[in-house]
Amino acid sequence: MSQGILLFIEQRDGVLNRTSLEAMVAAQGIASATGEKLSAVLLGKSIENIASEIGSRKLEAVHTIEDDKLAEYTSDGYVAALKQAVEKLDPRFFILSHTYQVRDFAPKLATALGKTFVTDCVGFRAEGKEVVFIRQIFQGKINTDVRVGAAPPVLVSFQAGAYRADKAEAGDSPAPVARLEVDLADVRIRTQAEPKFQEAKQAVDLSQAPLIVAVGRGIKSQENIEIVQKLAEALGAEIAASRPICDNEWLPMDRQIGSSGQTVSPKLYVAVGISGAIQHVVGMKNSQTIVAINKDAEAPIFDIADYGIVGDLFEIVPALTAEIAKAKGEG
Amino acid sequence: MNIVVCLKQVPKKDSILRISADGKWIDERDISYEMSEADSYALEEALRQKEKHGGEVIVISLGPERVRQSIKEALAKGADRAIHLHDSVFDAAEDAAAIARALAAALREEKCDLIFTGLQSDDYGFAQVGLILAEQMGLPSATIVMEVQPEEATVRVKRELESGWFQWVRLPMPALLTIQSGINQLRYATLKGIMAAKKKEIREVKAEDLGLTAEDLKPAHTIERAYLPEKTKRTEFIEGKPADAAAKLVEKLRFDARVI
Ligand SMILES: Cc1cc2nc3c(=O)[nH]c(=O)nc-3n(C[C@H](O)[C@H](O)[C@H](O)COP(=O)(O)OP(=O)(O)OC[C@H]3O[C@@H](n4cnc5c(N)ncnc54)[C@H](O)[C@@H]3O)c2cc1C
Ligand SMILES: Nc1ncnc2c1ncn2[C@@H]1O[C@H](COP(=O)(O)O)[C@@H](O)[C@H]1O
Repeated sequence: MSQGILLFIEQRDGVLNRTSLEAMVAAQGIASATGEKLSAVLLGKSIENIASEIGSRKLEAVHTIEDDKLAEYTSDGYVAALKQAVEKLDPRFFILSHTYQVRDFAPKLATALGKTFVTDCVGFRAEGKEVVFIRQIFQGKINTDVRVGAAPPVLVSFQAGAYRADKAEAGDSPAPVARLEVDLADVRIRTQAEPKFQEAKQAVDLSQAPLIVAVGRGIKSQENIEIVQKLAEALGAEIAASRPICDNEWLPMDRQIGSSGQTVSPKLYVAVGISGAIQHVVGMKNSQTIVAINKDAEAPIFDIADYGIVGDLFEIVPALTAEIAKAKGEG
Repeated sequence: MNIVVCLKQVPKKDSILRISADGKWIDERDISYEMSEADSYALEEALRQKEKHGGEVIVISLGPERVRQSIKEALAKGADRAIHLHDSVFDAAEDAAAIARALAAALREEKCDLIFTGLQSDDYGFAQVGLILAEQMGLPSATIVMEVQPEEATVRVKRELESGWFQWVRLPMPALLTIQSGINQLRYATLKGIMAAKKKEIREVKAEDLGLTAEDLKPAHTIERAYLPEKTKRTEFIEGKPADAAAKLVEKLRFDARVI
């Protein structure tokens, strides 16, 4: 019978992905609510350091899987290795963080196991031994409670930022780290990866900017960017953008904020016509003061804004620019 | 080179969403629909590849009658033919695996070199259907793809990693790629395209044609309740005419938050 909770620890090139610790918070919570034991699994080559760091947390065991075929991440290698691990350990839940790497292999893993996968959850609720998962639909506009009807193991991933890594509990004593043997001899790795790279050097480093005005798709067209630029100038702020603005080349790529762009935490972040999708929010939610201007009072950006103005940006932004100029004039 | 594109139709991006009476989904009355954003980029990419390398673009969509409108849009933009999985039996397919099972069954007879899906849908946002489909069909895959370069028997793709990093990956064809929004610039359908689309085939497929029953499409997890998220932070909403609201905001930023 399936027992326990298994947590996936992600590393790339020997560096721990911090979101694994966020998923650990969820996993520790589920373990304590359901009375199950928590262990972690980590794969790659030369991963002892990460394994012992993970072992210092509150869990029962760390399983490591080492193999030449896992030296570089590939979905074929990870699916094959984790399929054997999950079958051997037979947990009730296999918990992951919803990272780009997990997106790349976990749906295949679930399918190879013949199991179900509840993706990108933001929370859970234990009802006795049962667990209901909370996930968002419509890009964060609506929450749902998801009930799993299928037999365990059940795969569950948690959204980046849903839990705080610094809340991961430390253990009383180091958890044992043990090699888990898997046989990858017959596994064919079909993909071949080239070295990672960054697009032409980032010309602007927004991470140091004290004031940022960011513009989103609410601006409608390239010509209109100017009104936001004027606001930025009045404030003495850097201009930034959500992804669709950069995709359309209305502003250069190096102005993009979010999971695939820059991460910033300025004193002031003004979000103009940005809905607040999680992939944008992870890049700016640690800003000291967040202002959102959006015509939709239900836009998710208001979940994290300190100040909000609901209305048409084409009226509000010029008014704000004028007020700031006035205030600066008073000095 | 033949490319299959999986298209999903979803409520328009700026729809006002309300919870349905049964509390399990949104109220679909008064909603208008469009192609899920990443899927329109997947379609565009397929059309561009066809223009370079020849072959056929086949679109497939599972959904009710209204989905025909998005299928027609795809045909008008230049797709060659379409498969519409249209049957109330498919309504049971509420999770990604069930949707993928139906798509896989319908694609079994298609000879294609590449299958494109969006990286995630704008409604469910499972980020799974493409990869489950790949695994069910035994295909290699790459996700969050930002560039596609077909070669002899392989395809080289640029994958997006986190925080502005990328990586080229080569995989043998046939392969499944999940396409990221922004990979290209979308085209509009031309009048000529719209006229030409009228003659193109839309093959309607029933569950029975695929040997599937509602039991085969039973989801492993379901939505028990849908609701508006609780606000975790107290946003101070500033009201009034634009000029008044702007003045109030500037005051708050200067004297309360002290950030300007
Ligand atoms: C793997 C992955 C990575 C991603 N990486 C990033 C990333 O790094 N950065 C990023 O930003 N996104 C990223 N995205 C995309 C993200 O999911 C959203 O699609 C994107 O952030 C939406 O941008 P937006 O808010 O500008 O547009 P929309 O979501 O279209 O929102 C536009 C907003 O403008 C408002 N609006 C419209 N007209 C007006 C008006 N006249 N006045 C006031 N308000 C108005 C609307 O109410 C709406 O809220 C990523 C997605 C994925 C799947
Ligand atoms: N009903 C459907 N019909 C056709 N393709 C679909 C359907 N549902 C999902 N897809 C494809 O799978 C992708 C990922 O969807 P999801 O797993 O729901 O995030 C979408 O972008 C589509 O390309």
